[in-house]
Amino acid sequence: MEATANQNQKQTSTDTNKPAPKPCLSGRGLTKVFGVGKVQTVAVDHVDFDFNEGEIISIVGESGSGKTTLSKMLLGLISTTEGTIEYQGKPRDISTNAKKKEYWKNIQPIFQDPFSSYNIFYKIDAVLDDCLNMRGFKNLPEEQKIQMKTEACSFVNLKYAELTNKYPFELSGGQMQRLMIARIFLLKPKILMADEPTSMIDACSRATILDMLLKLRDEINMTIIFITHDIGLAYYISDKVYIMEHGKFVESGTAEDVIINPQADYTKRLISDVPKIYEKWDLDTVVN
Amino acid sequence: MKNTIKQVFHSGKFLFGFVIFMFILLTVLIYPLFVTADPLQMIGQGNFFKPGTYVSVEESTLEKSYTLQIPKQFSKLEMVLDVETRAKIQDFLLKQGVAEADIDVTDAEGLVALWKANYDPNTKYKGYTTAKRKALKRLDSQITAAMKDSGVIVAEKDEEGNLQQSKVIKDTDYVNIKDVSKKTFLLGTDNFGRDVLTELVAATKSSLKIGLLAGLIATAIGLLLGLLAGYMGGLADNIIIFITNLFTVIPSFVILILISYSVGDKARGIAMVGIIIGLTSWPWTTRSVRSQVISLRNRDHVNLSKLSGHSMFRIIFTDILPYIASYVVMAMILQISSGILAEAQLSMIGLGPATTKTATLGLMMQWAMQYSAHLNGSWWAYFPVVILIALISFSLNLMNTGMDQVFNPQLRD
Repeated sequence: MEATANQNQKQTSTDTNKPAPKPCLSGRGLTKVFGVGKVQTVAVDHVDFDFNEGEIISIVGESGSGKTTLSKMLLGLISTTEGTIEYQGKPRDISTNAKKKEYWKNIQPIFQDPFSSYNIFYKIDAVLDDCLNMRGFKNLPEEQKIQMKTEACSFVNLKYAELTNKYPFELSGGQMQRLMIARIFLLKPKILMADEPTSMIDACSRATILDMLLKLRDEINMTIIFITHDIGLAYYISDKVYIMEHGKFVESGTAEDVIINPQADYTKRLISDVPKIYEKWDLDTVVN
Repeated sequence: MKNTIKQVFHSGKFLFGFVIFMFILLTVLIYPLFVTADPLQMIGQGNFFKPGTYVSVEESTLEKSYTLQIPKQFSKLEMVLDVETRAKIQDFLLKQGVAEADIDVTDAEGLVALWKANYDPNTKYKGYTTAKRKALKRLDSQITAAMKDSGVIVAEKDEEGNLQQSKVIKDTDYVNIKDVSKKTFLLGTDNFGRDVLTELVAATKSSLKIGLLAGLIATAIGLLLGLLAGYMGGLADNIIIFITNLFTVIPSFVILILISYSVGDKARGIAMVGIIIGLTSWPWTTRSVRSQVISLRNRDHVNLSKLSGHSMFRIIFTDILPYIASYVVMAMILQISSGILAEAQLSMIGLGPATTKTATLGLMMQWAMQYSAHLNGSWWAYFPVVILIALISFSLNLMNTGMDQVFNPQLRD
């Protein structure tokens, strides 16, 4: 079954400026099964993939197709039932807490729901300070810390001075999600796992956030795994697209190949399900 | 936080419970400042004195008296001749052959005149038992005493040992109550002659202490195990929930009785009883905390905290505990309330704190029960205790419900 997914994978063709892509995160026969006995649910079913460095990879599928489970496995939040994950060509080792910590310096998430991503009992400053501590900047002079935090906030068009004494629930959803990106900017991980970061946000903020993700990729050469149910968004943002159905990749390839020339029935259906208004989505007008 | 507290105090239920509880608590704290007597001091010689003010008889007789012409509502004679006595007299007169038409039980003077005419203390009337004859004699002397208007004669012994009349107390004599020693027992005395009110305040204090200690211990154990089981999951969860289920299945009151008994009478002080109750009542806190934590541990902010490299304990205490804090406080209030009730139950069956050291609400109930206060009508020995236990539980539960309404959006009006 994974063979078919591989067959559908098309070669990245056009970009000649970039050096040969280096796989950053790979999976071989990755499987997650929930439950035991007769009530087993196979959430992710023997998937293989190679996510290259500096690319934006979209994983598209409908609800329940296993996208989030896959992302949690890649993040190391849940264990894998079967299969291996390779990080930068070597098998990922998160057997101890110290190794986990080390791994998490390289991979960080943005979650779907900005409202539940924050501990409401702590001020926003605490979130940003955590990032600095994680990168070992704990003993930096205060002015330098503030400067870094201000820089991160201005990266996502937020004013640090206005936020510093606020609680997360005093911000709007869009602001919260942008602050999450500021957090990523401070942490500078190699891989960003964006799990439907725009699905809870209105259309205007959505474009801003996508734009920021693109900026992150361009400025820090971050690998972004963008999980979405919206194939229109995937087309807009990604270099590569993986289509996921019932825990399997049914099709993968460059965004252009997969969406303009879909092979799998499921992909065709996903594309036909997109509301017509999205067809007029123009890259130039949406940004800003 | 400030907002939440404000909201809590806007809840009518919470406020009502809070006011009742604070009233009890402040009384317990302030009352001993004014009444410094030992609550277990046995003042009364005898048991179950009625509530009221007791004045010194000696001082009243010796004190300067004032003559007040107050028409008495009942003369002495009327007081002696109650309905039963009149019936007795009528019965006696009928037996002596007085015509029924001549006897008017409503007329005290006439009745006494008839009695004097027909009764002779030296005659041995037939048809009466000895006891009844004696009762008739007593009645006669009572009537004779009531007919006198000379009052009480106070006599003193002179040098030769003869009694000399020194003072006559007339029925118009009064003393000012300020001039004589007196003692007020608002709630009477108990079986040991102790002031019930003072004892009640001290007992409430001990019971609250026991409840608080039991509640804190039960909540601490329950919270710790619940947090660990809920957050760690897997084997740790299985082991903890197995132990919890074990404790849930065995009736905790039986364990409570067994531990209390085995600890022994002398070792059981307030602290010991509190600890024993706390150690047996944690399971349901564990279970409910665990289920709350399970629903929290997969929240995004917890995952994010994990990914920020925080340790398990830091995540538990900063990312999970604050979210269930209100729930834990509510659970603790219920634990305190049930701790007080458990102490009352234990003490009722004689397994409460050692009786000589302290009074608790449960012990007061036990004493009242052992000395049959409920049979001889001494309501003051147990009824205030019952009311107080009910009020404490009621106020705590009311506060709990009020807080629940604030913290649980589904219950909000």
